[in-house]
Amino acid sequence: MRSLNTTKPKTRLSNSNLLFMIAGIIFVLMYGFALISYPGSFMQFQTFFDLFNLNSALFIVTLGLCVVMIAGGIDISVGAVCGLVTMACAMLLQSTMGSIWGALLLALGIGTAFGVLHGFLIAYLEIQPFIITLGGMFLAQGLLTTLHKDPINVTMPAFVSLRNFTIEIPWLGTVNRLGYFIPCEIKPGVIVVVVLVIIFAVLMKWSRFGRNVYAVGGNSESARMLGINVKRTMFFSYVISGLAAGISGFVFLMTTGAGNIGNGALFEMKAIASNVIGGILLNGGVGNLLGAPIGTLTLLTINELIRAAGVQSNLQAIVSGLLLYVFIVLQSIVMSLRGRRKFRLALPSWLKPQQLQDDKKIDN
Amino acid sequence: MLSEIILKMKGINKSFPGVRALHNVDFVLRKGEIHALMGENGAGKSTLIKVLTGVYEKDAGQNILDGESVHFKSPQEALNNGIGTVFQEIALCPNLTVAENMFIGRNNNNFVHWKKMNTRAEEMLDSLGIPASPTQELSSCSIAVQQMVAIARAIDMDCKILILDEPTSSLDEDEVQKLFALMRELKARGVGIIFITHFLDQVYEISDTITVLRNGELIGEYQTSKLPQIELISHMMGKALSDVSEMKKQDQHKSGSGTPVFEATALSSAAGVRPFNFTIEKGEVNGFAGLLGSGRSESVRAIFAADKVTGGEIKINGKKVKLKTPLDAMKNGIGYLPEDRKHDGIIGELSVRDNIILALQVMKGFFRPFSRKQAEEFANEYIQKLDIRTPSTNTPIQSLSGGNQQKVVLARWLLTHPMYLILDEPTRGIDVGTKVEIQKLVLKLAEDGMSLTFISSEIDEMLRVCSRLIVMKDREIVGELSGTNLTEQDAMLMIAQGGK
Repeated sequence: MRSLNTTKPKTRLSNSNLLFMIAGIIFVLMYGFALISYPGSFMQFQTFFDLFNLNSALFIVTLGLCVVMIAGGIDISVGAVCGLVTMACAMLLQSTMGSIWGALLLALGIGTAFGVLHGFLIAYLEIQPFIITLGGMFLAQGLLTTLHKDPINVTMPAFVSLRNFTIEIPWLGTVNRLGYFIPCEIKPGVIVVVVLVIIFAVLMKWSRFGRNVYAVGGNSESARMLGINVKRTMFFSYVISGLAAGISGFVFLMTTGAGNIGNGALFEMKAIASNVIGGILLNGGVGNLLGAPIGTLTLLTINELIRAAGVQSNLQAIVSGLLLYVFIVLQSIVMSLRGRRKFRLALPSWLKPQQLQDDKKIDN
Repeated sequence: MLSEIILKMKGINKSFPGVRALHNVDFVLRKGEIHALMGENGAGKSTLIKVLTGVYEKDAGQNILDGESVHFKSPQEALNNGIGTVFQEIALCPNLTVAENMFIGRNNNNFVHWKKMNTRAEEMLDSLGIPASPTQELSSCSIAVQQMVAIARAIDMDCKILILDEPTSSLDEDEVQKLFALMRELKARGVGIIFITHFLDQVYEISDTITVLRNGELIGEYQTSKLPQIELISHMMGKALSDVSEMKKQDQHKSGSGTPVFEATALSSAAGVRPFNFTIEKGEVNGFAGLLGSGRSESVRAIFAADKVTGGEIKINGKKVKLKTPLDAMKNGIGYLPEDRKHDGIIGELSVRDNIILALQVMKGFFRPFSRKQAEEFANEYIQKLDIRTPSTNTPIQSLSGGNQQKVVLARWLLTHPMYLILDEPTRGIDVGTKVEIQKLVLKLAEDGMSLTFISSEIDEMLRVCSRLIVMKDREIVGELSGTNLTEQDAMLMIAQGGK
């Protein structure tokens, strides 16, 4: 028995990590390019932090959606839910019984409610996630416009001070032309993003739920045979995504300070794009959670870069669209090269599947 | 055979609407025994296994496990009671690591201890001699190793009974040997193994006992060493031996008429076959021989333009043509029955009738559909000709047995009246009876003037049917065999020596 063959194949990089690496490299290249092209703005640390300060809500939406996408689903209601939450919270805060804690609870409540509804319909009634969350998107949008048509500026003192609260980093900053040192500033929303990234990363890597999400996304039928409660896993992935959308709504309000019909518009599409750039495949089962923030950063950097170049905003959209094509094609080329274990002719040695090389060893 | 009995199934009955799948079947499994469960497709093997593992509810009978009467409601429950099943299609998650696949879904800890899990997995893999590393992604393992990981999972769950359902059908010879080594190790540990396969040689190599089922009834239990192969076949088919041996007597191979129907020069495809020349004559049956992965399928796929053709010239009936897509090939009278029936061949939800007329419909164009009556006529004609066993032409094809599904796909191509038909592994995973029928059909079609290419992993089957063998190795044609050289030994020798 032992004599047969116990040479262990070397562990090669998993697909998730390979894609994550590609995402990381793309981001570094992108940002490096930005640094070289527009050192004036990108050399400043504040520019980097502002990517987070101004877009905390998008980061959070992307994180929640990432879990659903790894489980093999999709949730396109997140943008609308985020918008609905900003408006609902703004109204609550402006009312006589407004309080920050109350608004936070409302945000979590709305997000969870959508998550539970979608999770139940998709996991237990086995309806297509695209259609269900499309319904959820319309519902949230409708509720948003029904609540209030005009922008609401939150003037509640406690909230305004929270909105204006910034954390200064005394040892990091720039010196302006007059010789004053201006420290870098971080908004509270960024703290929320960082905490959530850590929680989500731990959840996906070390928790039973997280691993079940990967299993379900990889092959739900197999996952069932392996004794995983597939429906419950899917259900909770949508609850998490809804919850994240709720939190993002609150953070959005903390950033802009106003409830508005346009809040969170197209977030779902940006989040999907961010995740895909971050190496989280739409088919499910593949992707590193840290790819979500990396992907978002890449998307935002591209936008900043285009803005710095001073092109028209419609060109901005065109360029981001084209770049998205490039990334996806690049990803799929790498994946298909690696997937074709049968066809080893054209592969460079470092891309050759390990198994084949081992099989050869056995033959000899 | 004195060892203790761990499983006894007594008087099992199971019916489906309109079909009696099992009738008073008994089955006994002993400790440390490898027990082959044999029968043609539709004999009731799968049903028996499904009744045992709780997929189906039995109508009558008793399952006695370790002296206790048991009744499982789900495969999960069966697994928890020590009955593990490893299917042909591996039920593991390809995107998780080997270790995760062994342990996921088995406990209620809220967090994963990677280190502990990897160590335990490593120990298990080592003790069973499985060449895999615990931290490897499962998709980077070969199919054989994936299957072994599935077995390791079952063993780690203290399975006393292991059911292996067609585990070897997608493995090459080397991998089969590794799997057998693992099975022997388990046997030594006292695990009772139920082994289901279509490969007779493998049954004789590994099993201790054979139970034969036919049409849902128990034919008998035999000791492998005391049952000659030819008798086993006749038990399975329920036919006299003459029918089987008749095939062998029909040795006068039909060779072609001399006029080439299809000629290819320096043909190559994106799938990576080296440029090759190929000719087939009217009424000839030839075949591509070679090991798994030698490029047999890739070559015929290039002929049919199923893979992107990257170079070469094709002449049909002496006229130069360009085949860019399978539709071009079909319009030029070429038919191709793909290797993977489930994946490329059948459309499961469509009825037998729609599956039969599919290719002809494609050629005619979808905007000119056949009338219902016409389609029904076509379907009935071929159901009769090929003896397809189906309740009606309306039955979804997925509810048919594997052999009958294959006949439907065959009917689809025959209906288009091709002058050249390529059959890639037409007999894989189907029962001996249907195999013989298909072989006979191939010879008859050739006699009627059709040219055929027949590919099979079982070389004796090819020798029986083909008049010329094109031998391939490592994606290259290394030689040809015909006439007196057409023997198993010559073919093996040629593959081993790589030609000249």
